[in-house]
Amino acid sequence: MADFQEKIAKLFPDAQIGSEEVPVISIPDNQWHDLAIALRDDEDCKMDYLVTVVGMDWTDSLGAIYYLMSSKYNTMCGVKVTTSDRERPMLHSAADVWKVACLYEREVYDFFGIIFIGNPDMRRLFLSIDWKGYPLRKDYAEVNEVSVENERQSDTTDTYIELPDGKVEKKEVAVFEPGEFVVNIGPQHPATHGVLRFRTAVDGEEIKKIDVYMGYIHRGIEKLCEDLTYPQTLPFMDRMDYFSAHNYHHGLCLAIEKAAGIQISRRAEVIRVMMDELSRIASHCLFIGTYCMDLGATTMLFYTLRVREQILDIMEKTCGARMTFNYDCIGGVMQDIAPDFQKDVKALLEVLPKNIKEYNKIFTGNVIAKNRMEGVGYLSREDAISYAVTGPSGRASGWACDMRKLHPYSIYSELDFEEITATEGDSMARFKVRMREMEESAKILAQLVDNIPEGEYCVKVPKVLKLPVGRWFTVVEGCRGAFGIYIESDGSTKPYRLKLAPPCLPLAGVVDHITRGSKIADLITIGGSLDYIVPDMDR
Amino acid sequence: MQDFSTITDAIHSFLLSFMPGWLTTTVECVLIGVGLLLVYSLLALFYIYYERKVCAAFQCRIGPNRVGPWGLLQSFADMFKILIKELIHLDHIDKFLFALAPYLVIIASMLAFAVLPWGNGLQVIDFNIGIFFLVAVSSIGVLGILLAGWSSNNKFTLIGALRSGAQMVSYELSIGLSVLTMVCLAGTMSVGGIVDEQADLWFIFKGHVPALIAFVIYMIAGTAETNRGPFDLPEAESELTAGYHTEYSGIHFGFFYLAEYLNLFIVAGVASLLFFGGWMPLHIPGWDAFNHIMDYIPSVVWFIGKAIVLSFVIIWFKWTFPRLRIDQLLSLEWKYLLPINLFNLALMVCIIIFGWHF
Repeated sequence: MADFQEKIAKLFPDAQIGSEEVPVISIPDNQWHDLAIALRDDEDCKMDYLVTVVGMDWTDSLGAIYYLMSSKYNTMCGVKVTTSDRERPMLHSAADVWKVACLYEREVYDFFGIIFIGNPDMRRLFLSIDWKGYPLRKDYAEVNEVSVENERQSDTTDTYIELPDGKVEKKEVAVFEPGEFVVNIGPQHPATHGVLRFRTAVDGEEIKKIDVYMGYIHRGIEKLCEDLTYPQTLPFMDRMDYFSAHNYHHGLCLAIEKAAGIQISRRAEVIRVMMDELSRIASHCLFIGTYCMDLGATTMLFYTLRVREQILDIMEKTCGARMTFNYDCIGGVMQDIAPDFQKDVKALLEVLPKNIKEYNKIFTGNVIAKNRMEGVGYLSREDAISYAVTGPSGRASGWACDMRKLHPYSIYSELDFEEITATEGDSMARFKVRMREMEESAKILAQLVDNIPEGEYCVKVPKVLKLPVGRWFTVVEGCRGAFGIYIESDGSTKPYRLKLAPPCLPLAGVVDHITRGSKIADLITIGGSLDYIVPDMDR
Repeated sequence: MQDFSTITDAIHSFLLSFMPGWLTTTVECVLIGVGLLLVYSLLALFYIYYERKVCAAFQCRIGPNRVGPWGLLQSFADMFKILIKELIHLDHIDKFLFALAPYLVIIASMLAFAVLPWGNGLQVIDFNIGIFFLVAVSSIGVLGILLAGWSSNNKFTLIGALRSGAQMVSYELSIGLSVLTMVCLAGTMSVGGIVDEQADLWFIFKGHVPALIAFVIYMIAGTAETNRGPFDLPEAESELTAGYHTEYSGIHFGFFYLAEYLNLFIVAGVASLLFFGGWMPLHIPGWDAFNHIMDYIPSVVWFIGKAIVLSFVIIWFKWTFPRLRIDQLLSLEWKYLLPINLFNLALMVCIIIFGWHF
């Protein structure tokens, strides 16, 4: 890690490298684009994966922190770019360096009003186009009344170009070419898995371009969290990716515990990991069921729900809920496991292999299913990294991006499990990777079920929890990919900024790229195989 | 064997005894029409219940079980619900064609009922091109679907209708050719004639290999023709919401729904006519006692029983397989089924010429 820091210091003398756990490099805006290219291409850096872009308002300046990870060296760093102009803040875009940055920068523009020079698409991402003000700014006081008019949409987007003389010019670009046949898929559509909207330009059955509209269930979780104490922010984690609620809870608890220096008991660690893996199996079960249903094989849904129900029963006994568990808490878990937890998990481990075999028999080997999935929606490894497609979808493209292996947290480093990857990069690979991940999760559960140590399930935590001044960035593995959490604290009981980097946002962002030239039916196949959850991307 | 023509003849002469000829014909037409409508709606209700129960069994569920014993009255309840539903009036549509489309679809399936061999002597009309008539009228349905999709002024319905048009026109070839293969064996296009030809042995056994091939192709093409899974692209729920009938409501939607089930029955009925003897009981040459016992089962039971068993197979397809994509669907027809079918027809002709069938 030290290597690349030295190198950056040598190449960019103006850069200041912070001393956080994940070092944050501060760089003036005019050198940022060069630094971005250097970070991505330099042999010692190879920061080819942009985890997230955190928009920030430090009241005296606005800015963004780009969190990067190297798929080669597995190192992480942040780059902080700021501007003090609050009227028309502008930064240079990195959209040409990392493809996913286009989407992330739109989000920052939406919430902070920072214009990114060179980003091809400067529209709002989540909020409606007639929204007044930029809500995540600290001085935001606008009142936006609920609109009773039809939803407006613009057929053009703005892009800002820097002219050779340094002036910035605004240009209007049409989203679709004139005369294109645009079909509106969503927001109410059975296959978008929630309220997501694809404006799809088609030529017959062939897809020309997809314009993704998000934000139909944007609840402003990040903004809400700024007004809540740290323990109060936890329940929101259930309401993002509701299928990996445990994993997200685990992630936020880890981040807060790391910042506050709380050491939790081994028993709590084991319970947390077991809950994570149970949710992973349940989540993948539901994926298989709904995916098959998207492809027209309705019956599979019921076979996979059988297993999922069994897991939900286990969770209900321990957590008291079948969804929105709110189980992990700062210092451990909310309550001890139910008396027959171990018995139930063993029963599940017994039926799971049989069920997986049955799924393969009914669906995976079916010739129609093979034709529908094989070779459809190919995503290369380079594109997967550039578009930040993590989780099973990224691994299906051959990118080993499992945060449980790359940045082992909790007790994952002690566990024996394989990271499943495939090289095909098509929908079939994404499907199979998930199928095999269920087996690996079962392996982890089998290792832990008889080894839950005695001890307290929750350590004593101060009643009023204050984090020291600083910033922390943690990445954990949700069921659908890497979930990043950024906490910036000003020393009070509430987070100054809590940024949640969900895996599903880039998953939806990559849809346009991999569906071009495919059939309409393939959009459903591809969307289903990416398995995005809309509340997760909208937050 | 019970011959229903004695009953129909008796009614005919009874009516003729106090009515002029033209009035008799009119009264008989009305009676048959009412009878067919009754059969039509009862069959549809039965099929809705049947499919839901079969599907539930595949999906580890119980299915309808609340309304009436074993949920038997569920589909009646559903029918009354759909009858009292509001017909939502849409702007910006071609109102005449929009209203016409469901009737075209339902008329197509009703017309096909005219030539189905319901039982011994129980056939509305038996003329020398019966099976040809059936193939012809069943293609009217695609017109209704195209009109429904086009007149709704909705992009989803339009895509659904175009898919449907491409699909039904293509698969009609396969249906036609496999029907033709069997017509070769029968030597007649008259439905009654085809049934009579199978008095000693059903065609599926008589024609052995080519008949079997024709049967498999017929079942695949028939499933595609009825727009059912795995060929339910025109109304692919996860892609096009409800395809061509997205904009329909109330009884107009109900018509499409009914027609789908009735087409299922018609496809299964024609399969039983062409391959399993229509209403003809199972006869095996030489087993006279067995044949005699089989004759005791009424012919209506034979026909409807065969149709229900064959429709079970089609329902089974739907609840097991994923859906094909439009290009795969068309290449299946044009690259595989059509050449196999043509070859099969030639094979059948050779077998008939050389007398290699049973």
